[in-house]
Formats: sequence, structure tokens, C-alpha cells
Amino acid sequence: MDLLRINTAGSVDDGKSTLIGRFLNDSHALTIEQEELIARKTKEKGLEDLDFSVITDGLIAEREQGITIDVAHIYFSTADRKFIIADSPGHVEYTRNMVTGASNSEVSIILIDARKGLLEQTHRHYFISSLLRLNTVVFCINKMDLVDFSEDVFLNIATEINKMTAQFTHKPDIYVLPISSLKGDNVVTQSNNTPWYTGDTLSGILHTIKPHVADTDDFRFDVQQVLHVQNKEFTDYRSYAGRIISGQVNVGDTITVLPSGLSSEVIEIRKFTDTPASAQAGESIQIRLKNDIDTSRGMMLIKHINEALLSKDIKATVVWMDEKQATPSGKYLLQAGTRTAVCKLQSIDAVIPPENPEAIHEASMLKLNDIAKVQLKTAAPVFLDSFKNNRLNGSFILVDTQTNNTVAVGFAE
Amino acid sequence: MAQHINIPSHLQTLEDESIYIIREVAAQFQKPVLLFSGGKDSITMARLAQKAFYPAKIPFPFLHIDTGHNFPETIEFRDQLVAELGVELIVRYVQDSIDQKKVQEETGKHASRNALQTVTLLDAIEEFGFDACMGGARRDEEKSRAKERIFSVRDDFGQWDAKKQRPELFNIFNGKIHFGENVRAFPISNWTEEDVWTYINQEGIGLPTIYFAHNRKLVKRDGAFLAWSEYLNIVDTDEIVETIVRFRTVGDMTCTAAFVSEASAIEDIMYENKSSKSSERGARIDDKRSEAALEQRKKGGYF
Repeated sequence: MDLLRINTAGSVDDGKSTLIGRFLNDSHALTIEQEELIARKTKEKGLEDLDFSVITDGLIAEREQGITIDVAHIYFSTADRKFIIADSPGHVEYTRNMVTGASNSEVSIILIDARKGLLEQTHRHYFISSLLRLNTVVFCINKMDLVDFSEDVFLNIATEINKMTAQFTHKPDIYVLPISSLKGDNVVTQSNNTPWYTGDTLSGILHTIKPHVADTDDFRFDVQQVLHVQNKEFTDYRSYAGRIISGQVNVGDTITVLPSGLSSEVIEIRKFTDTPASAQAGESIQIRLKNDIDTSRGMMLIKHINEALLSKDIKATVVWMDEKQATPSGKYLLQAGTRTAVCKLQSIDAVIPPENPEAIHEASMLKLNDIAKVQLKTAAPVFLDSFKNNRLNGSFILVDTQTNNTVAVGFAE
Repeated sequence: MAQHINIPSHLQTLEDESIYIIREVAAQFQKPVLLFSGGKDSITMARLAQKAFYPAKIPFPFLHIDTGHNFPETIEFRDQLVAELGVELIVRYVQDSIDQKKVQEETGKHASRNALQTVTLLDAIEEFGFDACMGGARRDEEKSRAKERIFSVRDDFGQWDAKKQRPELFNIFNGKIHFGENVRAFPISNWTEEDVWTYINQEGIGLPTIYFAHNRKLVKRDGAFLAWSEYLNIVDTDEIVETIVRFRTVGDMTCTAAFVSEASAIEDIMYENKSSKSSERGARIDDKRSEAALEQRKKGGYF
């Protein structure tokens, strides 16, 4: 069984919670407690159709105000696949939560109300999905029951979607489908109301998408910790523990340690009591080297030297996530994987409004939820790849050294 | 596009992710600790910690907040496991907090020490200066847990502010905190109950005997079976019975309900759990007090 990570975004009235609830319900994945809660809340509110929103809105404030404040994680599985849904709010003031939800996903589901067409938040959500280079975006034209399952309405919106996605260089696999999450059309079961639609149901699509494969063959390994053991069985044992960010490593490979540039040979790969001959992206392992070279947390093991990794000047797109504004020459702690370095915000080159990326403009500071192109200078190299070549090794966060808050996420150019 | 040799099973992915998180906690904090209750989730955590550092020893102690109302089988299992792993076990007692008059024992039919644990836990954190407490909580357990970050910052008073959570992106965990604050870290956040059982089965991990079908003296109350114990306040409407049951989740004896079941192998347990369609939290009477019971306890410092 494999694992697919999905994100959804939108406000309550989009029917997003209803869609998730419908999906779980029709996939027979709700627990008895959830079913009882839905039935009870539906009755309390005097609703005609089942109120599925109670499943996703987990906080007291969310239930009181009827809004989604933060990312909720929903877990379920069918016979073939396990799903993790990061369900995030869609309003502009929650852009940071949307980015958070999307950062660990492979697929975005974007809901569009058939009566309203593309809204500002549709553009924002697609922009973020594209910025984060997700593999697949599924547009669900929802509430088709309220437009009499009209093919014309559907086609008009699909044309608008094509226009929007044509503006971007990163093009994920795109699906557009007509649904009614309230009534269940094309969510898990094929609808009889849309004979003109020949595509798959949402469930069908989510079951056929291939889970993420690594972006690149380039070996990248963050050293999390150095482990030492001295006992009867393991004499002078010294290994580097970490998770392979990308690529593959084999016993016998020559690797180089950054920043020193010193090389050595891999003599052992360890996973608990196993010592496999190779390991690949995503695996948490220990690596032992033939020679004792100075290696500690914050260093990186690679196979082929690449000068760009040692650069201290970083051009990046950032999403500002803090109430405290950023101004040029502000100092932050940059963290990428397990590596950190003090950095300075050299310049803010342009702010990009996600609703309308063409209206790019200059700015002297960054406010909460701004998306901008910036230049940073780090005190030491942090070995970043370009985000478009390597998602995991091309992203970083900025930490405010006074408050310790995560104030921005960045994607290196 | 890189060629993939074989996509690891989802459980392998979850294990790799959890080991990465455990190592991050060990590396980023001065004084981490693993909160160990003796339940299946913390036993899974112990296994993951062992795998994260082997052949080195687990580099942090285990902390058990003993309510005094534990199942004796759990305590026995706990002592055996820490001896095998060679880790330091710290135990702090809710009874001490009661004796020091820091908390007051609940009274009446539903009296439980579950909520009282928070005070003992916060005192222990202060006593030892722990800056990170790892727990085996999972996001699928309950709605407010579904909203919590993997690194969850708590203030000087142990409180959780759901609206002020740090964004958590990609594989980057920000563990920077001020003196006095601490982080609750949840390495198995993304596991489900089924994942835990599958992993226990696959790895051959031992569990306390109460997870398997056994004959037990019980108190039948409001349609649920509670383990009979001297800690339970018995009322007139309670019925004392004896039958074969197992526990699906293990908390205190006073607030964990038993399932009537003959399942004595993990495969049978997994099959039963799946066909029951009920969630394990349904057996936690402490969570049923209100819809927001757990969120409110968490705001106060409960893990």
C-alpha cells in the first residue's frame, strides 16, 4: 500500500469540509463516533443534508465561528491506498497556513463554486500550488446540483482555468471535474446527472495519481548527528545519522563532505541491525566513512562537487508568515533541513500578488502573507539547490532571532 | 526525473519520518525526554528511538507520570522494557502532587486522575529542566490533536495556544525556544491506529498482556465495561461481572473501557478493530466529558 498526501484549501461555504466528509462517507471510512457526531450536529442545526464540517473543524474557536483557522490533518485509507489530507483555510489572512499544508503534499484539490466561477482565492491557491511545484492539481467544480448540472457552466469555468494555468511556467498535471459534494455526484460514485462528463471521479483520480518520486538523482544527505559507540561488539564505531534528501548512496561510493570538500569512501550503510548495500531518498540511515574526516551536524554529504552549493548569496521567493514586518537589512536565522546560518535580507526585489501575478510591484517592506522575490546573504554556506530541481533541498525557513518564530518560508532560485 | 527502484511501503515512509524527527529532537535540545505511559503508542516510540540510535544507546531518559491508577500489567511491562533497552526511567507520582495539596482528588462516580497528571508533569519538567518532551500522540486520535504541529511550543506554564502555532514546512523543524519554554514533539503524528498495530505486528514488538483477550473482573456501567479496581468509586447502578475482554487503548484503570473479545493474536485484534468501525478514543471515558475535553486539557499543559 502506498501513501498519498493531499491538500485542500477553501472557506467553509466552498463546501470543502462537505467534500472531505462526503469522500470519507462514500469510501466507508468514517468511524461510528464520526457518524454519530454528524447525525447529532445535523439534527441540532436543523439541516436537511448531513453536516460534515464537524469532522474537520477541530478547535473550539473554529466551531464557534464556523471557520477553519488552521491546518487539520485527516487520515484514512481505502483497500489500495492511504491518504493524508492537510485541510487548510482559504482566506487571504491564512495564506501561511495554506503554504504550510501544501509543503508536505503532492496533490492540491481546489474547489470552485459552479455558481461563482474563479475567485480571488482560486487564483491564490493555484499560485501557491504552482510555487510549491506540486505534481497534480485537481479542480472540483462543486455545487453542480445548483446549476442543474449544466455542461455550459462547466465548460466556461474550465476555459477560465486553462487561461489561469497558462500564465505559469510550472505546469502540474491538471484535472477538472464536475461534482456535487452535498449530493455525492462524481466524488466516489459516477454521476448519472453528468452524462456529458467522461472523466474519472475524484476518488478514481486520487487512486491513479502516482505518488511522488524524487526530483533528482543528486545525492544530498544532511548530517543530523554523529553517533559514537565503544563496546565489545562495536569498537570505535562512528557514524553519521541522517535522512537522505535526494539521490541514492551505495557502499563503496566516494562522497564529499561540505563545506570542507574532503572526500572519503562509504564503508557501511546502517538501518538498525541491517547493513544494506544501498539506500535511497527518504530513508533514515547511518553512514560510516573509511577515513576520519571532520563531520558534524550542519554539514552535508554529496557525491559530486557543485560550486553553487557553497554560495552565500541566495536569490529566492519567500512567503512572509509573521505579523512583524520585514525590511531590508533585517537579520534572521536561516534553516534548511538541519543546517542553519545567520542571514541578512539584502533586498526586496518585487512583491507578487498571488491573485494576479502579472501585477508584480516593488515594495520597501514585507507584510504578513506577502509573496516576494528577495536576495539574502548568509554568514556561511547552507548548500541549497534550486527549488525547481530539488524541492526538499531548495526550501528553507527564516527564524526571527528575538521571538524564535518561523517568519518566512523560502524557495531558492 | 530520477528512476525509482522501489517505492517504500507507507509504513517504511512513516518509520523513516519518525526516526528523522526523533533524531532532530535529540540534536536540537539540551534535555529531551520521552514521555512513556506503557501504552502501545509509547512502546512503539521506544522501538523507534532504539532504531534511531542503534548501536548507540537511546540518548534520553523516559519519564512516566504514574497516576497510581495504572494497570499493574503495564507497570510490570514498563520495568522490563527499560531494563532491556538500558534507558533511565524517571517516575513521578500524582499521589505526591495530591499529598502536597497541589491538586485535589476528584470525587463521585466518574472520579479519575487523568486531568491531575498535568500538574505532576509540569512539575517534573521544571524539576529536571526538560526542554523537549516527546510523546506518542497521533493526529488521527482526536480533532484537536489533528491541528497540532509535530514540534508544538508550550509556554512557561505548559500552555498550548492553537492560534499561535509556528508554521511547519517540509522537513524543517524549528526547535528554537526561550528559557522556560518547552516543546512537545510528536514523532508519530502521521501514524494511524492501524499503522501502529501493523508496525507492532511486523516488528514483533511485545505489549502488556491487557491488550490481549483475558478473563477479568469488571464493572458494567452505562453500557461500558471498566476494569474492577479499588480505585473505582462503585455506585448502586454498577454491576460487577467477570468475562473475557481486551483493552484497545490503555489509560488509567478508572477511565479506560474494555472490549468483550476473544482476540489473542495481533492479526485477530487488527481484524476486530477494522470491522468494529469504532475509533479507539471511544474507549476513553475522559475524552467523552465534552466535545472539547482534550483541547481544554491541552491548553492547560496536558500532553
